[in-house]
Amino acid sequence: MTNPRDALTIARTSDGRLVRRPLSPHLQAYKPQITSVLSIMNRMTGIALSVGTLLLVWWFVAAASSDSAYAGVSGFMRSPLGLLFLFGWIASLWYHFCNGIRHLAWDAGMGFELPTVYATGWAVVGATGVLTVVTMIAVVMAL
Amino acid sequence: MAEFRLPKHSKVKPGRTFPAVAGATRTKNFKVYRWNPDDGENPSTDTFEIDLDACGPMVLDALVKIKNEIDPTLTFRRSCREGICGSCAMNIDGTNTLACLKPIADVKGEVRINPLPHMLVVKDLVPDLSKAYAQLRSIEPWLKVDTPAPPDSERLQSKEERSQLDGMWECILCFCCTTSCPSYWWNGDRYLGPAVLLQAYRWIADSRDERTGERLDALQDPFKLYRCHTIMNCTQTCPKGLNPAKAISKIKQLLVERQG
Repeated sequence: MTNPRDALTIARTSDGRLVRRPLSPHLQAYKPQITSVLSIMNRMTGIALSVGTLLLVWWFVAAASSDSAYAGVSGFMRSPLGLLFLFGWIASLWYHFCNGIRHLAWDAGMGFELPTVYATGWAVVGATGVLTVVTMIAVVMAL
Repeated sequence: MAEFRLPKHSKVKPGRTFPAVAGATRTKNFKVYRWNPDDGENPSTDTFEIDLDACGPMVLDALVKIKNEIDPTLTFRRSCREGICGSCAMNIDGTNTLACLKPIADVKGEVRINPLPHMLVVKDLVPDLSKAYAQLRSIEPWLKVDTPAPPDSERLQSKEERSQLDGMWECILCFCCTTSCPSYWWNGDRYLGPAVLLQAYRWIADSRDERTGERLDALQDPFKLYRCHTIMNCTQTCPKGLNPAKAISKIKQLLVERQG
């Protein structure tokens, strides 16, 4: 036992011996559902955006340093791997943006009824898909 | 820090299988979490094959049948069998609900039954609720007043004032919502969880209570209240159809509004 909170897990058997209570299954047992899945997606796209920002910084720094540095970054962005990165970043941006609006409504006390939660949840997924495809088309056309 | 995997002593091993009696035609498998503090073993999952033609319609009926006819050591809480006591709260088919309100026919395939998630297990399907009850006590769920009651009547409420409590007085404290909340799983020692916060708001919203400010002060805390990230698993799972997430958001709104 390294965590002091583990002291709470100690119990006694019927004949008085010490025993450690198990922790019941949680992630292992709980069915993924739109509520929790969209929530963890918000967290994950937020992390992806932070990483994506590094990409943006790299691009800006290259643009400020030299022609050849800019051409290098630009070349990477146009490569299949670069486009994959860009796709992930754009999808994350739109998801986080759309779900952010949903969170704003919640913070204002709106949209807590379960049918609304489902409708806005699917709307966020749909809007993310459409906006990502549109943005990627614009990106590919600009290549 | 969130611990996503079960500790070694909590890992669930395969268990025993109890086939249905000969001649049963319509059977369903019930996979039930078992842990006995006395045998020193890890938890396991026992499989009970149940003859649905000789069993009541609800999951609780199947558990009672198992205890009466197959394995009397199976341990679970139950009392009213009609969704008003909150004793038989457990995880059935991946979501928390009351076994007495969950029709067996609603579950496709085998019926997986676990204790309420991320709780310490006392035995089989019985979780240790002492922490949750201590958290409930911490919000002081009783009427707190300074002015004495009228000498010749009760403290009265208008119909509108009374209606503010609708959707909260119905809570039976089964803790299905609290134990469905990933935030409570990772921070349950400091986050109060949806059931207790719903109760906290029940007293904040009560027109007769005179310590609203004090109650809000107690909740203005990064962990007690603000570990709620509007995941909404609580509202999704409530077997009584209540909306703890909405109550929590009302507390958050009151805290913002009183800053002026």
